[in-house]
Amino acid sequence: MIRISDVHKRFGAIPVLRSLNLALTPGRVTAVVGPNAAGKSTLIRCILGLSRPDRGSITLADGRDVRLPAARAAIGYMPQQPSFPDNLTGHEVLAMLDALRPDVVPDGALLERFQVAGQLDKPVRTLSGGTRQKLSAVIAFRYRPSLLILDEPTAGLDPLAASVFKSAVVAARDAGATILLTTHVVAELAVLADEIAFLLDGAIRFAGPIAVLLHDTGATTLDAALAALMQTPAANIPAATLECGESLRVRLVRETRV
Amino acid sequence: MTAIVAVSLSRVELSWIIALHQSRDVLRKRWVIAYAIVLTVAGDLMLRLAGSGPSALVSLLNVVLLLIPLIALILGSASLYSAREFTELLLAQPIPRRALFIGLYFGLTIPLAAATALGLTLPFVVEHALDATTSPMLAMLVAISVLLVCVFTALAFLVTVSVNDRARGLGVAVLAWLGMGILYDGLVLALATAFRDWPIERGLLAAMALNPIDLARTILLLRLDVAALMGYTGAVFRAAFGTTGGATIAILALGLWVAVPWWLGARAFDRKDF
Repeated sequence: MIRISDVHKRFGAIPVLRSLNLALTPGRVTAVVGPNAAGKSTLIRCILGLSRPDRGSITLADGRDVRLPAARAAIGYMPQQPSFPDNLTGHEVLAMLDALRPDVVPDGALLERFQVAGQLDKPVRTLSGGTRQKLSAVIAFRYRPSLLILDEPTAGLDPLAASVFKSAVVAARDAGATILLTTHVVAELAVLADEIAFLLDGAIRFAGPIAVLLHDTGATTLDAALAALMQTPAANIPAATLECGESLRVRLVRETRV
Repeated sequence: MTAIVAVSLSRVELSWIIALHQSRDVLRKRWVIAYAIVLTVAGDLMLRLAGSGPSALVSLLNVVLLLIPLIALILGSASLYSAREFTELLLAQPIPRRALFIGLYFGLTIPLAAATALGLTLPFVVEHALDATTSPMLAMLVAISVLLVCVFTALAFLVTVSVNDRARGLGVAVLAWLGMGILYDGLVLALATAFRDWPIERGLLAAMALNPIDLARTILLLRLDVAALMGYTGAVFRAAFGTTGGATIAILALGLWVAVPWWLGARAFDRKDF
């Protein structure tokens, strides 16, 4: 569980997140979607502690601020563009990260599942973009995180690796992990996402199951529903208290569309 | 799922792990290897041309004073900018920011210092030039050179943490190197000439302390005892403090040049929005 409460963030004069409220439920995959520059990356950076919100809080289930180093032990992160020290081998990168988390027994089976075990003796600079992405996926899942942040995770993965990745996400979800996913691939949303959190102009404008989104927008497909949300002027969509999961949702009423 | 556990490693241990792996990466970088080779070749050439260890060291001094700031500040900054995404991945791990900063700092500084020490020492060993006179002088050159590496990697961290944009940051690094390595002494000399009828010695001493390269030059020239090669500011420093006192104060000032940028960089890193 992660709770994002009244988070504001601005860069200079530009507000990027405005009174953002969202609660992510364990055992659910929440896809944060929205147009470019909606604030998705900033939200992820705030959750990871890379950026500090100007106001508001981001806490784990036990109330601890995610910016505390100990709290980050629960987080697995897969960035959009993985980057590792060029001259280290994959094994050395993993050894470094393993050493930083001595309390966790790493999931060694992931190397075989993602089919990167044979590549890890080579310097990272010689690995293809796809192999680096696989290594990044291995790192995200390796320490059995209870909170997974996946930022455009399948970009660059071949179909087989993408399939393995999706299985890993589902397995983590079934094991009770809280998962936040961003992606522009609608097919991936349909397969993986239990909840959609739609971000527009720095605020969550919709959060709830896909079925509710389809119902509320009157669309028959997910991409049509998302397109409808994106085309709706922000002023017509109320930003409100939003909690992903079964307990609470805000409905986007069709009448708000002009 | 992983239970949230207290980080069981101390900050020192975390920093050491990061420094160790970063050092391994930096030591394998082509520019670091090339830097060590250039220093070795330069030292060997100086030895062959100068004929004696002390003379070669004096000649090597000017190479060192230009090359170390260039490598540590500009290539160090470029290396840190390139590693930004991985730094972000490390920031997402259960590591305090300060421990990460310390690890990254030593991960860059240790291999550069090692390359410097190796590059400076190797030709003297290979050419059997380490006699009773040369050895302590070489030791001093290596020590001050390592201190300069510490200064300029600290400045590289300060630049990369303070300036987000890579191109702008590298521009700042180049300007800082040009200013401290080339323009500064000329500017001081011009001011000293313009105000030669005024009692400006104290001002010149203060001006020298504002440039770590001048400080390093002064320390080394005082130690090497080669007054003829001293710049104007170095001559003033020697006249004011004499060899031992001047060197001690200059070394302390150089230590401040490590500590202050390091502390400013660490503070900025703690507060930085990535």
